[in-house]
Amino acid sequence: MQRPEQRDEVEMLALMLLIRRFEERASQQYQAQKIGGFCHLYIGQEAVVAGAIAAVRDGDYIITAYRDHAHALARGTSADACMAELFGKETGCSRGLGGSMHFFDRSRHMYGGHAIVGAHVPLAAGMAFASKYRGEDRVTLCFFGDGAINQGSFHEALNLMALYKLPIVLICENNLFAMGTSVKRSTSLKQIVDRAEGYDIPGEIVDGMNFREVRDKLAEIVSSIRKDPHPAFVEIRTYRYRGHSMSDPASYRTKEELEKYRLDDPITRLRAQLTREGKLTNEQFDQIDKKAKETVLASVKFAEKSPELSLEKLYDYTYVNRAVAAGGSPAKNKSSAANPAATTG
Amino acid sequence: MREITYRQALNEALAEELERDPNVFLMGEEVAEYHGAYKVSQGLLDRFGPKRIIDTPISENGFAGLGVGAAMVGLRPIIEFMTFSFSLVAFDQVVNNAPNMFTMSGGQFNIPITFRGPNGPAHQLGATHSHATEPLYANAPGLKVCTPATPRDAKGLLKTAVRDDNPVLVLEAELLYSSKGMVEPPDVELLIPLGEAEVKREGSDVSIICYAQTVPLAIAVAAQLEEEDISAEIVDLRSIKPLDEKAIFDSVVKTHRVVIVEQDRPFCGVGAEVCYRIQKNIFDELDAPIIRVSQEDVPLPYNERLEKAVLPNADKLIAAVKKVCYA
Repeated sequence: MQRPEQRDEVEMLALMLLIRRFEERASQQYQAQKIGGFCHLYIGQEAVVAGAIAAVRDGDYIITAYRDHAHALARGTSADACMAELFGKETGCSRGLGGSMHFFDRSRHMYGGHAIVGAHVPLAAGMAFASKYRGEDRVTLCFFGDGAINQGSFHEALNLMALYKLPIVLICENNLFAMGTSVKRSTSLKQIVDRAEGYDIPGEIVDGMNFREVRDKLAEIVSSIRKDPHPAFVEIRTYRYRGHSMSDPASYRTKEELEKYRLDDPITRLRAQLTREGKLTNEQFDQIDKKAKETVLASVKFAEKSPELSLEKLYDYTYVNRAVAAGGSPAKNKSSAANPAATTG
Repeated sequence: MREITYRQALNEALAEELERDPNVFLMGEEVAEYHGAYKVSQGLLDRFGPKRIIDTPISENGFAGLGVGAAMVGLRPIIEFMTFSFSLVAFDQVVNNAPNMFTMSGGQFNIPITFRGPNGPAHQLGATHSHATEPLYANAPGLKVCTPATPRDAKGLLKTAVRDDNPVLVLEAELLYSSKGMVEPPDVELLIPLGEAEVKREGSDVSIICYAQTVPLAIAVAAQLEEEDISAEIVDLRSIKPLDEKAIFDSVVKTHRVVIVEQDRPFCGVGAEVCYRIQKNIFDELDAPIIRVSQEDVPLPYNERLEKAVLPNADKLIAAVKKVCYA
């Protein structure tokens, strides 16, 4: 197991670039109507997921909300599987049954992709509960937006996490807007992190445009949780450059505000740090970026030529195994995808 | 066989499954130190300890969701709702998270969870505490719903539910916890498959299709009807979903007359689905239109006389049977 602090920073920069290029291409394909439903882009927030992933082990659990493409990519789900999911193809990370908001990758401990705001926070409590129940030292990272903190499920789950001392990091990706409603108009607190105090959960504010700060702060918190299981809360201040979803022109904020954050771009910042320290040349950066663009372009081709799930398999994904379809008769097809044992932990 | 209560039968089922599989745990309000609001978990804390018998705060959405999350990573939670009327607070977890996960993840995450607790109108608890939730949950693809009416069915269905790899709701009959019935001895493994109805009484003139709290009602009415030379067959659905069409059709083919007596409300109720399937598949077997006896379509009143008027009862059921028999 690689120790977090040994994760190569150039590699993490490459991940951030991959995420950005993937999202740009997703945006283009959405406009070309190759992608349906809702599509929420992560552009601007890349340092949050990259920093957090750099701070944990591969076996730690992660779960997030609907702005989830980046979290799957960060966990190592291929751009092919992610783009194919957006295209609704069988080769997608959820076989084309989940879509943009429901990315899952069991083998990489990516537990979704959840689209009801706040509803996955209790699920995260359950995952952390299971680690503790089994006596494992796994930590769960639960990502959510600033909009989730006013949902009842969030409050109930935080109380349970504190009560049962569950090993979990609550990561609030505060991008200042819940859809079009600013934090100021939605939340009765000066700062979001104060929510944690109400549940006796330690909380900190982190600069989400700074990869190193996110990674180092998270690594410190995760290490303390492994020693002594407990919940912790981080409010990571970040910004999304695009609207809430593809259909949102984001007219509720000013151009000046967007420009201010763009000047503090997380990719530019990490690149500058690495360049200054002699760890990255301009040629190397261009090479990494070129590779990211190629990977993403290839993923579009892969998604285009991938098959859709056949209609005969429609009932294979409703009940696992000894499945009985809604009609009352045993399902014809036994799903090969089903994992009846469900013992992967 | 020995006679035990419905409550004891559930308690045995829980204890046996906790004993068998270390991944099984019981969580809910008052399940541990209080031994369950209806004493179903009596003694389990002493036997299995606080790691596996877990009291929660009053946060149905929170602990139902915790159960779903724990099931995602391989545990097999049994989540008790103090009553299924309170499960409405957790509706999003039970309906949106538990059954959708397997589909949305393309088959990567099944949810082996059991939600259980009392369900259906009890006695003068008013509208908020009297919900018969079976039609709400049976409407969600991915969930299984069973409704045991006897101690034997309660034990056998609950044990099967815990072993099922899908989310299963065991809707216990709130009024029947103290009722008694014959159950196999504890050394006999009692597993009753989900989706199998049972003919509780053979008859030839009319099929009374019932489940949960309407089963004892139907059995009592059948005895009365016998005195009037009407032979009623009682089909206890036991599971609402999957629904045992075959058992229903077999009985209708025999009697050609049907009354459905259900504990829920009429609009989009369980009986509506059963009725639809009978007329669609074996229309020619029917000698009379099917009649449903259900609650009246109003929130349940507290007043005892009015409450009785809203719920199915013997008089309503007898009148319905006579009507389909043209008696």
